[in-house]
Amino acid sequence: MTIRLENIGICYIVGDYRNLGLKDYVIQKLRGQYKAKEFWAVEDVSFELNPGDFLGIVGNNGAGKSTLLKAISGIMTPTKGTMEIGGQIAALLELGAGFDGEMTVKENTFLRGALMGYTRSFINDAYPDIIRFAELEDFQDRPFKQLSSGMRTRLAFSIACLVRPDILILDEVLSVGDGSFKAKSEARMKEIISGGATTIFVSHSISQTRSLCNKALWLDKGKQIAFGDAKDVIDMYETFLKDKKKL
Amino acid sequence: MISFITSRWTKYNFVFEELVKRDFKRRYKRTFLGMGWSMLGPLLHLLVMVLVFTHFFGQDIPHFVIHVFAGLKVYSFFSESTNQGMTSLMSNSSIMTKVKVPKYLFLLSQNVASLINFGFMLIVFFIFAAIDGVSFHWRFILLLYPILTITLFNIGVGLVLSALFVFFKDIQYLYGIFTMLVMWLSAIFYSVDTFSLTVQRLFLLNPVFSHIHYFRLIVLHGVIPAWHIQLACALSAIIALAVGTFFYKRYNYRFIYYM
Repeated sequence: MTIRLENIGICYIVGDYRNLGLKDYVIQKLRGQYKAKEFWAVEDVSFELNPGDFLGIVGNNGAGKSTLLKAISGIMTPTKGTMEIGGQIAALLELGAGFDGEMTVKENTFLRGALMGYTRSFINDAYPDIIRFAELEDFQDRPFKQLSSGMRTRLAFSIACLVRPDILILDEVLSVGDGSFKAKSEARMKEIISGGATTIFVSHSISQTRSLCNKALWLDKGKQIAFGDAKDVIDMYETFLKDKKKL
Repeated sequence: MISFITSRWTKYNFVFEELVKRDFKRRYKRTFLGMGWSMLGPLLHLLVMVLVFTHFFGQDIPHFVIHVFAGLKVYSFFSESTNQGMTSLMSNSSIMTKVKVPKYLFLLSQNVASLINFGFMLIVFFIFAAIDGVSFHWRFILLLYPILTITLFNIGVGLVLSALFVFFKDIQYLYGIFTMLVMWLSAIFYSVDTFSLTVQRLFLLNPVFSHIHYFRLIVLHGVIPAWHIQLACALSAIIALAVGTFFYKRYNYRFIYYM
């Protein structure tokens, strides 16, 4: 197994000092009126994945899909439950975010590579390949903010997918960029997936999930409704959606 | 402890170097004078203070320029380092919500960038001291000690402030007022010699002052500071780091929920 989640829960606290400010917080605390509400974005999710599995997560907006991905990628610590992750993760969440606009493309590539846990010598060797793959050879010394959004995504994708990750996490993206890059990125992703990586994929497209995934997880308002073979779970989910439409 | 630090260092030294480079470049990006600003700002501040206090208020402190400069540069290191440290987590929130990386690295890199800045100021300070006829001697080496302790102190304060800043944005304004108070209580442009001994001791409770005092004793008086001043510096660093680490350990996993 590469991934095992047991009773994972992620709880946000709403209505607390986030929207209060220091003064109101202190006053409410003194008067004993301070109340924070809990909001469980993800509750009691348990599943196990083996190398090579392709998991599709389905569910309505706000079902907790993206939050769960953040926990699996290690960005967020779950409020409760245990989690075992075996292997290096490449998470393609909101590609193109978190770069520094003033720094050059080259500097940003090194920074992002470093943040993702690559070593300096690795990035030194891989840098030409990354730039070539992103098709940004002529933009290496330009400030990042001058790049178009397509170019930004291309760069982020190239950095994230240059290595062969053991676990690939995709949020609504199976291919990035446009035209020729779309085909190239899709081919690269398929190569990683068929190379034995465990993939977790969130999508609103049921047909895409059905054709790609062998396992599926259905979340609704943070709760796990079903987990199992993709076909069974998606059939259930589709029936649920049809019933909902009738109402 | 040591093995923990070395293992962290081998794992994160690359990302840390890249962050320091970024934070350092960010400060001076696309300004005409670039690095010059980091010198010019405090120097103009120094000029104003010296002019005001020599012309409008009579004062008889020997080497007055160096006296003020020593105070001003330690104070601005403290104030810059902690103010930048306070926002270091929030200003990197777009990275933290996308990539898994230890959050304290952002604070440390900010502090190292401030330390480099302080290093440049120190060179200017020594040039001024030489011009002013201060005699250099081996005891200047001892200055490494207060530089180390105030850096650790700044990191500790930064850990507390950055955690608070994630939850309460108002802390920024409160801290602005607080640093101003610290500036007036740090005897930057006056001398504590005229006060009674008890009051002088009380001043040492202010870590910024005890570090300034250390600098002045070495540079202007050529004496090795007494043990209670050494202790004040060490204690301020240890206490700030302990409180800061406690805050960070306790709240760091929650930060992401508020970004």
